[in-house]
Amino acid sequence: MKLSGAKAIVDSLKKEKVEVIFGIPGGSTIPFYDAIYESDLRHILTRHEQCAAHMADGYARVKGVPGVCTATSGPGATNLVTGLAVAYMDSSPVVAITGQVPKPMIGKDAFQEADIVGIANPITKYAFQVTSASQIPDTIKTAFLLASTNRMGPVLIDFPKDVFYEEVDIAAAEKLNIKGYSVRSGEPHPYSIKKALGLIISSERPIILAGGGVMASNASAELVKLAELIMAPVATSLMGKGSIPETHPLSLGMLGMHGRGEANNAAEEADLIIAVGMRFSDRSTGRLEEFGRNAKIIHIDIDPAEIGKNVKVDVPIVADARKTLSTLHQKLSEVGSKREENEWTKRVHELKDQFSSNYEEQREGLRPGRLMKLLRGIIPGNAIVTTGVGQNQMWAALHFQVLEPRTFITSGGLGAMGFGLPASIGAKVASPDRPVFNVDGDGGFIMTEQDLATAVSEGIPTISIIMNNRVLGMVRQWQCMFCNKRYSHTDLGKVPDFVKLAEAYGAEGVRIGSYREFESAVKRGLKAEIPVVLDVPISPDEKVYPMVPPGKGLKEVVWYG
Amino acid sequence: MAEEMHIIAALVEDRPGVLFKVASLIRRRGFNIDTITVGSTEKEGLSRITMTMRGDERIVEQVVKQLSKIPDVVKITELKPTESVYRELAMVKVVAQDPEKKSDILNYISIFRGRVIDASKDSLVIEMVGNTKKINAFLDLMKGFGIVELARTGIVALGRGSKSTAE
Repeated sequence: MKLSGAKAIVDSLKKEKVEVIFGIPGGSTIPFYDAIYESDLRHILTRHEQCAAHMADGYARVKGVPGVCTATSGPGATNLVTGLAVAYMDSSPVVAITGQVPKPMIGKDAFQEADIVGIANPITKYAFQVTSASQIPDTIKTAFLLASTNRMGPVLIDFPKDVFYEEVDIAAAEKLNIKGYSVRSGEPHPYSIKKALGLIISSERPIILAGGGVMASNASAELVKLAELIMAPVATSLMGKGSIPETHPLSLGMLGMHGRGEANNAAEEADLIIAVGMRFSDRSTGRLEEFGRNAKIIHIDIDPAEIGKNVKVDVPIVADARKTLSTLHQKLSEVGSKREENEWTKRVHELKDQFSSNYEEQREGLRPGRLMKLLRGIIPGNAIVTTGVGQNQMWAALHFQVLEPRTFITSGGLGAMGFGLPASIGAKVASPDRPVFNVDGDGGFIMTEQDLATAVSEGIPTISIIMNNRVLGMVRQWQCMFCNKRYSHTDLGKVPDFVKLAEAYGAEGVRIGSYREFESAVKRGLKAEIPVVLDVPISPDEKVYPMVPPGKGLKEVVWYG
Repeated sequence: MAEEMHIIAALVEDRPGVLFKVASLIRRRGFNIDTITVGSTEKEGLSRITMTMRGDERIVEQVVKQLSKIPDVVKITELKPTESVYRELAMVKVVAQDPEKKSDILNYISIFRGRVIDASKDSLVIEMVGNTKKINAFLDLMKGFGIVELARTGIVALGRGSKSTAE
């Protein structure tokens, strides 16, 4: 069957089971949009391409399948960049389709020309430029394969405008030709398993550190089973929140710079670290020279390049997290390695008790930690929470207990402010029956706030909770702690009235003055049919504690300032 | 020269932008490459990139692992200097006006087994093939006579024995 290039793209997307695509049309993608017009692909018109990428990312993280975004050539494509970089750092499968100026004009500095393939190269798993419509079926199939296998990540496909018009025979075989890429089986090597078993059996104080890879490989159930079998407490990275229900007796919460005291101390005291799908980022480990000094380390990761990148490990296992954890569980069960409460678990409970009072907030006014705990108490376990970046994100990470995998969506690696709202929209599109909350700051919310218009127009009711401190809080906190309170340009001055702002977009705005008002607004938000914005004024002097100052070891924690 | 030289050979797809991707990754991750060469291979559609670098084993391992993640990189290996042969070509234009000095230069060329590939009345262009140490030693000598211009290819290398790097 002969089709135009544009129609062939739509056809290929449908073959990849794409249901929705986030984007904005432009000059170079007019023919592509003409093909979308007559297809049953759902298209969500965003107000900024950055948001299209974040939405596709949020969608992908909730659903576990690639999210698709599109933008026109030049500025449309460059606006995707932040979103692609977020997806790359957090290994999220996003496929971006960009228009390009027609082939004869490439390299001539044509109107709205930008070398997006060159620009996207370091922030994607792969960036294609399709130079003939005949390449469309193979390229799109390959792009989805690359995005969603091994260590996942974003892929960009750039289409010069004339390619949309070329005819292509889509009956052609869709054979993939990428010699340097093969989909890993994910099976752990028996030798590595044997060595890991040895370390686990001889360990007295094992700890599991879980990262985003646990979500990516849907390994949460296997992780909990292994933890229970060997009575290993579980600390997570920011990306790993959701690996284990945080109400589980073996859960320690988040590790690292703003990690919980019990998690950081347990990691320091452990004699065996089992790291699963995490990459030992500087925010998780603190001072590398001190990290895991007294422990043997088993590192399970699908990406061989992560092994030994930051931390020297004793047993590397390049494999799928779920397969590895289930193999370990099975082998340990066979040799009767089930453990009961012991000195180590006692010590873990002791650490939890020791620090529990530190998290209580005594001062007057609306306090972020308490707000997060209240939120958890009200919303269902499968509700999704996205976050902005900075203090709001860390308060959510520290105090909001995540109960299920893929329900905590945050820009972990890149730390892109403005991620929260569009990610919440993408998440809601992925899972319309579940409530979606965006825990944000006023600084970050305003960076992508225009996409409230998207949420309103498309009828995507997410609830944004703005912890409104009128400052760029995390930077201000560092200025307070490390710059002698020289608050250089972190005061946002007169911030907009978020209630009126929400209303201007056709959303509902609520100003929160008390915990009771917060509770009732959240409850009403659960049933809202239009987007809701809760403006929650908090003190600009609120800080995120505990904190391990940069360059310090995990035990050198600051609790008060 | 304290750190050992490492040779990395990569077979890559012969496609536009592949060298850019390799170079971009090296820059982004802050790896230090001494030389890089690209050329065709015995297999159609494949190019060979040969890189040399100095650094400890861990960094070299990271370079190899990170580069092997590029889907266009079909195969990548480190060639141990002791288990491979490697050569570099240098072309050097040297001042040679004084007949006595010219004769000295020709002597050195003969000792180092180089060749004169162009000559004018007051200069010589010399071709020198060998390992980096040999070329450096020769160039040190030539500095005394006055080097007008120098071009070096960077190292190409093959593993010793009958096996191919692609295997």
